[in-house]
Amino acid sequence: MADLIATPGQTIGPFYGYALPYEGDNELVPPGRADAIRLHGQVLDGAGAPVPDALLELWQADADGNVVQQPGSLKRDGWTFTGWGRAATDDAGHYTFSTLRPGPTEPGKAPFFLVTVFGRGVLNRLFTRAYLPEDREALAADPLLTSLPAERRDSCIAAADAHGYRFDIRLQGEDETVFLTYPRH
Amino acid sequence: MTTQPISTDPDSASASQEQINGEIAAIAEDYRASGVEETQPRLDYAPYRSSLLRHPTKSLHHADPETIELWAPCFGHRDVHPLEADLTIQHGGEPLGERMRLVGRIVDGDGRPVRNQLVEIWQANAGGRYVHKRDQHPAPIDPNFTGVGRCLTDDDGNYAFTTIKPGPYPWKNHRNAWRPAHIHFSLFGTDFTQRMITQMYFPGDPLFALDPIFQSITDPKARERLVAQYDHSVTTHEWATGYRWDIVLTGSHRTPLETETDED
Repeated sequence: MADLIATPGQTIGPFYGYALPYEGDNELVPPGRADAIRLHGQVLDGAGAPVPDALLELWQADADGNVVQQPGSLKRDGWTFTGWGRAATDDAGHYTFSTLRPGPTEPGKAPFFLVTVFGRGVLNRLFTRAYLPEDREALAADPLLTSLPAERRDSCIAAADAHGYRFDIRLQGEDETVFLTYPRH
Repeated sequence: MTTQPISTDPDSASASQEQINGEIAAIAEDYRASGVEETQPRLDYAPYRSSLLRHPTKSLHHADPETIELWAPCFGHRDVHPLEADLTIQHGGEPLGERMRLVGRIVDGDGRPVRNQLVEIWQANAGGRYVHKRDQHPAPIDPNFTGVGRCLTDDDGNYAFTTIKPGPYPWKNHRNAWRPAHIHFSLFGTDFTQRMITQMYFPGDPLFALDPIFQSITDPKARERLVAQYDHSVTTHEWATGYRWDIVLTGSHRTPLETETDED
C-alpha cells in the first residue's frame, strides 16, 4: 500500500507547562526504591546555554529487557512499571527521571533509553538514544553506534554517576547530540 | 534576503514584519526552485528566531527501529477520564467564547486507525491568553477555562473534544508578531517512531502568511494538512459549532496483529 503523507509536526511552543507535565510524570518508579536509578542531565543550546523550556519523554524496556504494555503512566500507582515518562527542564535546563535500569532486549544487545526532545524553538520532535555505558562489548557491536563516526558515538552514551546516569543533550554545536530519523519518516 | 544581522534573542522583537516576510518569501522561493517535496517543518528556519540556537546543524541520522522503538506506551481508562475531553466543564461556569465541537480520525501511514491511544490538547482562551505563568499578554484570564484536554481514540481511531475557539495572540518573535489561532495536539501511534506534537489551525486565518511557525512548513499542501475544516454535520443545534481535523501519523514498522495489547 502506498504511504499516506503524514501530518506535519510543529513546535511544542512555550506554553505547554500547565498542560503536559503531570504529577509523577518523571517518576517511573518512586525515587529511593531499592532498584530506582536516576537518569538526569541538561539540555543545552548552540551557545551552550541551558534550555529551560524543553520537555523530554523517556520510553524504555524494563529491568529484564521486556517492552512493557501496561496502562497507568498518567495515574501512577507506585507499583506498575509502565516504561514511559515525561520531564520538563527546570530553569537551569536540567531534567531528572527516576526509573529502572533497562535490561538488554536480547542477550548481548546494548540496552538504551529512547529519549524524545520537544522544546520551544524546536520545530519538530527530536529522537535520540541514551545507551548504558557498562557493556563495552555490546556497545562496540551495536548497529546504530557502529554506523556513526567515532567522534559522535559518545553523544549517545550516558555516563554513570552516583545514582544512575547523566545524559546531556546538546541541540546544536560541536558536540551536538546525534538525533535520529527512522524509515517512513 | 536582508543583510542585517539577526538577533539570536528570541524575545528581542527587533525585526519588522516586513523583514520576516522577506525571509519567509526567500525561503519559499528557494523551496519552489528546488523541486524536492517537503512534508514536515524545517528544523532550521531562521524567521522563527527561537530556532536559531536550537536546531541541529548535522543531518538526522538514519536508524532502524529496534525493540522499544517498535512499540508505544499503552494508556487506558485508568489514565484518562471521559470528561477530560470536555474543556468547557472544568470549572463552575461556562467559559466565554465560541463553543465548538472538534472531531477527527487518526490513522497511520498505511491508513490503519490508531485505536485506544492518548490524545492531549492545550490552547489559549477566547481572548488569546494561556493560563501558563510565562504568558504575560494582558488579555483576560477566563476563570472558567483552563484550556487542557485529553481523550483516548475509539476503536476506529476517532477523537472528539468540546472546547471554545481560541483567540490569536501576540508574541515577541518580531515587532507586532501575532500567532494565528491554534490548538496544540500531542499524539502517539503504535510505534514510538510515530510520536508527534503539532498545532491545528482554523480555515482562512489572515495571519497564516505572516507566521514563521506555520510557514516553517515550506510546502503549501503540507501546511493545509494542519488546517481544520468547518463541518456543519458536527455543529449541534443551539449548542456548538463543529470542526473536523483528521490526522495521519507516519508509517508503523509492525504488522497489525502485533499491536494488540492487554490494556484494561
